[in-house]
Amino acid sequence: MSKNKTLLDIIGPPMIGPSSSHTAGACRIGLLSGKIFGSNLKQVEFTLYNSFAKTGFGHGTELALLAGVMGYYPDNPLIKEAYTAAKNKELEFKFHYKEDTNLHPNSVNILLSDGGEKVEVSGVSLGAGEITVNKINGYKFDLRGDFITLILIYKDAPGVVYRVTNLIQNANVNIASMHCDRNAKGQVASMGIALDNDISSYVMEKLSEIQDMYFIRKLEKIV
Amino acid sequence: MNIKTFDELLKLIKEEGAHFGVSEIYEFIQYKEAEFLEIPVSEFRSRVLNILNTMKKSVENGLKSNELSKSGLSGENTEILKKAFQKNGHSLIFSPLQKRVVLYTISIIEENARMGKIAACPTAGSCGIAAGVLTALKDEMDLSDEILMNALITAGIIGEIISDKMALAGAVAGCQAECGAAAGMAAGAVCYIFGGKNEDILNAAALALKNILGLTCDPVAGLVEIPCVKRNIFMAIHALVAAELSLAGIKSKIPLDEVIDAMKETGELMANSLKESSEAGLAKTKTGIEIEAFLRQKLERR
Repeated sequence: MSKNKTLLDIIGPPMIGPSSSHTAGACRIGLLSGKIFGSNLKQVEFTLYNSFAKTGFGHGTELALLAGVMGYYPDNPLIKEAYTAAKNKELEFKFHYKEDTNLHPNSVNILLSDGGEKVEVSGVSLGAGEITVNKINGYKFDLRGDFITLILIYKDAPGVVYRVTNLIQNANVNIASMHCDRNAKGQVASMGIALDNDISSYVMEKLSEIQDMYFIRKLEKIV
Repeated sequence: MNIKTFDELLKLIKEEGAHFGVSEIYEFIQYKEAEFLEIPVSEFRSRVLNILNTMKKSVENGLKSNELSKSGLSGENTEILKKAFQKNGHSLIFSPLQKRVVLYTISIIEENARMGKIAACPTAGSCGIAAGVLTALKDEMDLSDEILMNALITAGIIGEIISDKMALAGAVAGCQAECGAAAGMAAGAVCYIFGGKNEDILNAAALALKNILGLTCDPVAGLVEIPCVKRNIFMAIHALVAAELSLAGIKSKIPLDEVIDAMKETGELMANSLKESSEAGLAKTKTGIEIEAFLRQKLERR
């Protein structure tokens, strides 16, 4: 999904240091993951890969990831105190460190849970603070946090894409970009839709009423 | 924004700018950026002011702190410098302006290393350069926020046009594209503040960038500290040199657009081991390796 860089991204943005990729980017991946999970987060496990695993400590990558899932933005000075804040919230957190040369140098896997339901999110910090969440529960996405985005996981069937886009069209909202994927015909499929404007909770309700809709979220812009 | 070269920028200012009665780089660019973002110019400037205020705050916080970074590799230098200046009552070598520039620059980049709030101008690892130079000029010369915002917009378009050719990331083009780009941006901004014409501003950027070509990104243990913290200071002074020369009328024989092409080519030719992978250079010196091993032990004890 496209990103419109402006002069303001060059002279800023305000962020907590020391690294746009390992701190601000990590925070953004956490932030998006937390929003994908929704409310009532009780447990979170992070697996840091490659450069994230090796240099994360000195960059505050773990703090930034944890702060992110708790809803902190990359310019929040309290990122530094994320461990204390998590303990106060009784949010359990764990970090694992792995090497996997098939993955991007700055990759992380986040397993979020409310004690029952689990959501697994994978993200990559691409550099200069830009990120992508490229997998949710194993389904491919490319979420950058630069648009209001709908994410849907559903049973692959004829007409679902039409029903979804039709509801969005009826709300008079323009689609900026759209990405669909599936494992196999008739199985589970995923859809990421970047929107130019917000849609109402009424439309969200109608979308969730579509048959065999397993997971639906609306993510606000985070950049 | 669709301006690809500095030649095009100057041409557009002459043609389109004349239409709106604007002739300076920042005036034209703020109009263009606001149009692109679909916001009024006043709103664009208020966003620039927000960034400027972040810069000022980072100096203020940095000057007050001597807290070490998470790794312990930096955080003490601002105070060392401050104390030396206090002891002597002045800098041994620098003018009051230069003294303030080095002090502000190091305070910002150390604030970055200890997870303080900074403006990534253009990156976190180079955040002390343009911000340090501009805030020091402001305090030393008692400049208004308006002038500083104009200077920041001028710096911004220099960075933006460079970033159209290459991503401003050490992993892509080495430190040229981080501290180097920041020095080019700061040089143009300083030149603007001292009354340089559009051509002088771009010439200052060309002079600064010509003299950072090939700058490697080889941080010890992959952290934004060695050599980044001290490099920020050197690059801040580098920017002042470029502005001074340009204002004196010394011309870069190679125009800015061509310098940037050379910078891009140099970045592509540089080995990946010298582009933020910490596989060569300072990162792999005897001491660099020892520091990395020490930090790894610290990591395992966590």
